[in-house]
Amino acid sequence: MPDRLTYLDHAATTPLRPEAAAAMAPWLGDRFGNPSGAHRVARAARQAVDEARDVVAAAVGCRPGDVVFTGGGTEADNLAVLGVHAARPGPVLCSAVEHEAVLVPVAAAGGRTVGVDAAGRLDLDALAGALDPDTTLVSVMAANNQVGTVQPLPDVAEVVRERAPHAAVHADAVQAATWLDLPPLLAGSALVSLSSHKVGGPQGVGALVVRQGTPLRARALGGGQERELRSGTHNVAGIAGFAAALAAVLASREATAARVRALADRLASGLVATVPGATETVPDRAARLPGLVHLCIPGIESEALLFLLDDAGVCASAASACASGAHEASHVLAAMGVPPSRGAGALRLSLGWSSTEADVDHALAVIPAAAARLRGAAA
Amino acid sequence: MSGGVDSSVAAARLVAAGHDVVGVTMKLWGGESDTGCCSVSDVDDARRVAQQLGIAHHTWTFTDDFERHVVGPYVDAHRRGATPNPCVECNRHLKFDRLTRRAWAVGFDAVATGHHARIVERPGGTRRLARGADRAKDQSYVLYMLDQSTLARTLLPVGETSKAEVRAEAAALGLRTAAKPDSQDVCFVTAARGRHDFLGHRIPLRRGVVVAGDGRAVGEVPAVELVTVGQRRGLGLPGGGEPRYAVAVDVPGATVRVGPQAELLAESVTLGGVTWAGGPRAEQVGAQCSAHGAVRPATVEPAPGGGAVIRFDRPERRVAAGQAVVLYDGDEVVGGGLAT
Repeated sequence: MPDRLTYLDHAATTPLRPEAAAAMAPWLGDRFGNPSGAHRVARAARQAVDEARDVVAAAVGCRPGDVVFTGGGTEADNLAVLGVHAARPGPVLCSAVEHEAVLVPVAAAGGRTVGVDAAGRLDLDALAGALDPDTTLVSVMAANNQVGTVQPLPDVAEVVRERAPHAAVHADAVQAATWLDLPPLLAGSALVSLSSHKVGGPQGVGALVVRQGTPLRARALGGGQERELRSGTHNVAGIAGFAAALAAVLASREATAARVRALADRLASGLVATVPGATETVPDRAARLPGLVHLCIPGIESEALLFLLDDAGVCASAASACASGAHEASHVLAAMGVPPSRGAGALRLSLGWSSTEADVDHALAVIPAAAARLRGAAA
Repeated sequence: MSGGVDSSVAAARLVAAGHDVVGVTMKLWGGESDTGCCSVSDVDDARRVAQQLGIAHHTWTFTDDFERHVVGPYVDAHRRGATPNPCVECNRHLKFDRLTRRAWAVGFDAVATGHHARIVERPGGTRRLARGADRAKDQSYVLYMLDQSTLARTLLPVGETSKAEVRAEAAALGLRTAAKPDSQDVCFVTAARGRHDFLGHRIPLRRGVVVAGDGRAVGEVPAVELVTVGQRRGLGLPGGGEPRYAVAVDVPGATVRVGPQAELLAESVTLGGVTWAGGPRAEQVGAQCSAHGAVRPATVEPAPGGGAVIRFDRPERRVAAGQAVVLYDGDEVVGGGLAT
């Protein structure tokens, strides 16, 4: 076992915030109840879900009635894309750098992708060109999970309104929710996906915001929970934990973002200075999420580097976590025009609410040495 | 760790011996697969065994090299009418090159696998690959290419053990892979879809005419690319009479010539790209010409350009181009190469 554990994979999942654990504890202990019931036990559970709904609504800037709790961010994305497509079949678009939870349903709906620039920002001219008056859905993430690029969502909404007035804009805000002030960013988005565990809540909970008037057909049919948009008994403990984590984020968002941005900037600058040839994939730090550092290191393989980092107690990732544990070439880097030879040495270091100066110190001690070792072995 | 019983027990033995062990499964193939090294369920089995042994498990993705060195050449061999050796090429380029290079780069002293073969030390500090103790499960044939520097950093912990004992040991340890069937055939070609379907998606497969020695058409095959020299079945020949075999496959001409078994016999075979365990030298050997084929007494002689000529003591069935031929001195591998 390494002496020290440095967790730099908050974009994959971030530790449970104590506020979330505290909010969940009663529902994992004495309290219980199916919120759909007609008695006092059910009513208490219902109240917990309703209060959580208010928190999510405040975070996004929507009505509480617009919030549909789901089993996670991926389910929310699927409901948005496939639900709109089922309600109103027609052309569907998304950015080329979406998470697979959007890309795969968009492909299943026969949709197309719109390219991005070298920094990963959506090409608004290409979007305008790709939009059809019949387009029904445009899905663009608020911020990218691999490289951290923040998308110009208000501009996207404007272009869509002009060219395809009937199209709904869906924003996957799973990564952005921890860091950005969502209401102004998402004002023009009819649908918004959130994930609990990315903001410090438990895994297996998420939400889709569905603003009034958005055509959407349910995917999970059954008892009609969540305005008949997502049937299934509520995960009360999970929903309570999700809301408590989100409330904790909202209470200290700017301070946390500033603190973590300083840590991430020190980490990025330190690595660029000490790892030969290493470059920041999104050089304009103001254009990316505060906690995300993405580097390309020439001449080494990500898998080998991650092995050595793991061995030294530094948890990082190459692109994004994948079910098989295997690493595939990143579609995000490909869309940004990063050559495969550079993308082969991709390293994502994502910081979060619990990150410390000591984490950065440890990473700055371990990563340059590991990269040098691999480069020496390859020579 | 492939997710099979042999690599599971190999890992268990190394852990028990006190080594600092990490389990690695290679992700080689993104397409369909029944089993072998690539399917999700095999990775799951490898990971669960690693968890049980208390060691870390990693998946290393080498799909690019697998396509380049194994699948591509497999398809190309069929296109040329040659016999491919995907397992040999996977060992040569993936397990004992890409994987070992990475393992050494990140600081490991050795790579262990679950192959049924042994590494024997010789006076003077050199090593030789030798047949596994379980002769029926021996895999030295597919490992003939291991050179001295690789042998020095390779461990084959189950090579001295019979397959039955390996399974019994896995069962005694409670490993979930104890009763798992052995992997069969080419891992990237599924039983349900078959070779014809797999190749048909990658290269055009053409009907071929089957002709007798006098040039007369006697049958037809759906894909000339799939016919192997020595093949008897599936040539569209009427039954009865003396058995006839494919004795020549002309892929560009879409023609398969058939003849009696005597026409399949050859005095010798020339190998290319030969690996020599102890340097090139002429000697009496036992030549094994397929994964589980018989050993044929022969003499080997080095040939120019890294090749070798194998002269069989008496005429033997012809070795198809591309087939691996491995040379033994008793149980020890003295060399090997691919038939030209």
